[in-house]
Amino acid sequence: MKNNSIIEIKQLCKTYAGGFKALKSVNLKINKGEIFALLGPNGAGKTTMISIICGISNPSEGQVTVGGHDILSDYKKTRSLIGLVPQELNTDAFESVWNTVCFSRGLFGKKPNPQYIEQLLKDLSLWDKKDNPMMTLSGGMKRRVMIAKALSHEPEVLFLDEPTAGVDVELRKDMWQQVRKLREAGVTIILTTHYIEEAEEMADRVGVINQGELILVEEKDQLMQKMGSKKLTIELSENHQKLPSSLSSFNLELNKNILTYNFDSKKEDSGICSLLEELVKNNIRFNDINTQKSSLEEIFVALVHKQ
Amino acid sequence: MINFQAIKTIYLFEMARMKRTLGQSVASPVISTSLYFVVFGSAIGSRINEVEGVSYASFIVPGLIMLSVLTNSVTNASFGIYLPRFAGTIYEILSAPISYVEILIGYVGAAATKSIIVGTLILATATLFVDLNIQHPFWMLFFLFLTSITFSLLGFIIGVWADNFEKIQIIPLLVITPLAFLGGSFYSIKMLPPLWQKISMANPVVYLISGFRWSFYNTADVSLNVSLIMISLFLIVCLATVRWIFKTGYRFKS
Ligand SMILES: Nc1ncnc2c1ncn2[C@@H]1O[C@H](COP(=O)(O)OP(=O)(O)OP(=O)(O)O)[C@@H](O)[C@H]1O
Ligand SMILES: [Mg+2]
Repeated sequence: MKNNSIIEIKQLCKTYAGGFKALKSVNLKINKGEIFALLGPNGAGKTTMISIICGISNPSEGQVTVGGHDILSDYKKTRSLIGLVPQELNTDAFESVWNTVCFSRGLFGKKPNPQYIEQLLKDLSLWDKKDNPMMTLSGGMKRRVMIAKALSHEPEVLFLDEPTAGVDVELRKDMWQQVRKLREAGVTIILTTHYIEEAEEMADRVGVINQGELILVEEKDQLMQKMGSKKLTIELSENHQKLPSSLSSFNLELNKNILTYNFDSKKEDSGICSLLEELVKNNIRFNDINTQKSSLEEIFVALVHKQ
Repeated sequence: MINFQAIKTIYLFEMARMKRTLGQSVASPVISTSLYFVVFGSAIGSRINEVEGVSYASFIVPGLIMLSVLTNSVTNASFGIYLPRFAGTIYEILSAPISYVEILIGYVGAAATKSIIVGTLILATATLFVDLNIQHPFWMLFFLFLTSITFSLLGFIIGVWADNFEKIQIIPLLVITPLAFLGGSFYSIKMLPPLWQKISMANPVVYLISGFRWSFYNTADVSLNVSLIMISLFLIVCLATVRWIFKTGYRFKS
């Protein structure tokens, strides 16, 4: 039997000491080697879920296995498979970058491997900072050190809890490049983010969590397709009051010189060709055209509001 | 399988943290011991002839060592575990493949090591002031190790329990130091009025100092066996508390 899921979460519930239910019977399988994006508004339960899988928080009910091992009874096995980049940037202020990364590797029971750590720091553009104390680093650098720490023991699963919060655009691109490289090396990646374009760009699958409930898990492409109608915007050269009747068969909206056409990109004939032909025939000139997919963000907002 | 690498990593990390304050760690016991010798040993001691057949300056050596070992153990161990809790770096310890026992060995081992070093330093300083002739060196080391470990465990418990820095500082200051002073660091319990002798028996430090002093001079306030039993009891209470903390995840895991 082929089983290609690396993490299996069954009916996971979490009730905090105060009685607050942060997770309500979550079921989820993460496939080996995929990038899974967990989306959800503040307080949805993303960090709680990650904390339980990593051993920082105790589950109230349910079962989680990582690599086929139970996270409670076989915690040494599951934890050595996992690297975690937490949401908060908590570091030892006085430690050097090099020491703090080597410390992480040691905690996970791995023999020192200076070459590997050196490569890791170089990949994350931290090599020139290796002897600097953590407190002298900028926020973005600290974030990268956290990633280096998480990767220091060569994990098979990497959790990134909002890895790009406070990271500039340039660095974010670098980071995603790194993540892609890791995926190519076979590492499974679970990330949470508020930047939906990131999930859209990076993820193979997307899960949406809201108020402790996983309300959707889907292949990103399918999700986009299923829910993504497309929009064509045409900027006309001059304002028009009315459109010729020959255009009435199209689903059009006109607002001064902006003409919008809603269509389904999955259909065989999107109707764009005939629309443009019709415009030319009627001597309606235009300056610019532009198509847009409805973004994951819109889908996401729609989903969360439906709840 | 025991994660020796992780124990070693925590241990060395803690030792390195202590090394950063090495000057202070070495200087303060040496200076304070010298001061005690000047004040108690020379000034006051010159008026007290002998206690239990030992010169007063010599008599206070074991007590001085215990005083420092106790406060150092508690302070080192409580800071050791409180700092990562306070800084939030504890997440890494909790998410690593380490058992609680391994965590404990790493932190308590490092704290106890430092106390033993401090104890040895004080002993070395003392030889500058008095002639020391240790009667039972094996027992002396045994008490030194056992005390360091037991009180490092106590410190670990305090570091887990504390939710601010004040609590961490206040325990050694308001509990450990007074108990050590009243526990016969500078006098024999037998010198007290009978009522105070009785009250002193409730002080666990009395048994430590008595046993430790016995290993130096063969004289004790309470018998060696009673000392050993009391220290073991205290060790067991600390271990049981730690076990409870780990079982419930108290202040460790939400
Ligand atoms: N230790 C705790 N004790 C009590 N409640 C908690 C604790 N930690 C989190 N919560 C609550 O659980 C809920 C989920 O929190 P969690 O941190 O998992 O959210 P999140 O999805 O990661 O949010 P964000 O996007 O803001 O990081 C929140 O309502 C939070 O207040
Ligand atoms: Mg979070």
